Amino acid sequence: MAQTAAPATGASAITPISLKAIAPWAVFFGILMLVLLYFVGAEQGATALISGEGVHEWVHDGRHLLGFPCH
Amino acid sequence: MNSISVRALLVRGMLAGLVAGALALVVAYFLGESRVDAAIALEEAAHSAHGHDHGAGEELVSRGMQSTAGLATGVLVFGVAVGGIAALVFCYALGRMGRFGPRATAALIAGAALLSVYVVPFLKYPANPPAVGNPDTIGRRTALFFLMVALSVLLAVAAVIIGKRLAPRLGNWNATVAAAAGYVLLIGLAYVFLPSFNEVGKDFPATLLWQFRLATLAVQVTLWTTFGLVFGHLTERLLVPRSDALAGGRTNRTAAAVG
Repeated sequence: MAQTAAPATGASAITPISLKAIAPWAVFFGILMLVLLYFVGAEQGATALISGEGVHEWVHDGRHLLGFPCH
Repeated sequence: MNSISVRALLVRGMLAGLVAGALALVVAYFLGESRVDAAIALEEAAHSAHGHDHGAGEELVSRGMQSTAGLATGVLVFGVAVGGIAALVFCYALGRMGRFGPRATAALIAGAALLSVYVVPFLKYPANPPAVGNPDTIGRRTALFFLMVALSVLLAVAAVIIGKRLAPRLGNWNATVAAAAGYVLLIGLAYVFLPSFNEVGKDFPATLLWQFRLATLAVQVTLWTTFGLVFGHLTERLLVPRSDALAGGRTNRTAAAVG
């Protein structure tokens, strides 16, 4: 609480999180999230990592209603 | 020194994304499924009229599963994933975007995401129900859709950066207007120069197409609005101490961030 002694400048006084602290999370989880989006949005549509139609058929309705090109 | 934990924000982002996904799922189920079913009925009628039998009966996933568990998987995973990404963006934007507290930052990010990730690409490459779209062009349509999303997001980020650079010279209002105008201009050029597709069959009802597309828009508006509000609430509670919040949150927030 000692920091409250610093001159108050309203809401702008939030200390930004340093890039160094964000980077490892952003790289690991950013890629993980994009992989999830790929499987929901595009796998077994235009490209396929897994053969067959199972993934496509399972998320079929979600893909249409989330706005992804489905087939 | 820095005690705002990225981990705590990421967890809250994915949680808020799950809640947002659940509400979006309700909208998708009640507004969207009837239109998907109607479109599939038209597709099947057209197929049987042409006389080629699709090996009926041996579908991989039944319609019942597709419209419930399958739909839920898609929408919830989507919600968690975009929630996580939005939380990472929030980690970077917080305290770097001018005088916005956690709640306002979350709302701004959710609004910007709705526009740049969905609405702007949707205006060029709108969602299609089953029976619309030529399977032969799925590769090109998918590539162009994701290109449009990437372009829109990158241009939005560029607009924010340029807006911030212009602010000291033009003032906040004019800098924001100038950056937004630049974004709209470049998106307009992309709309004009990227190829379009018109693959709606002559017999496909216009009303059904319109209702389906509106339903997909409703799903996204629900998802991002819920995410912005829930994530904003969670981060405000995390980052602004209670006494502070009750006092109107006017006091120095460094105490919350550092101490």
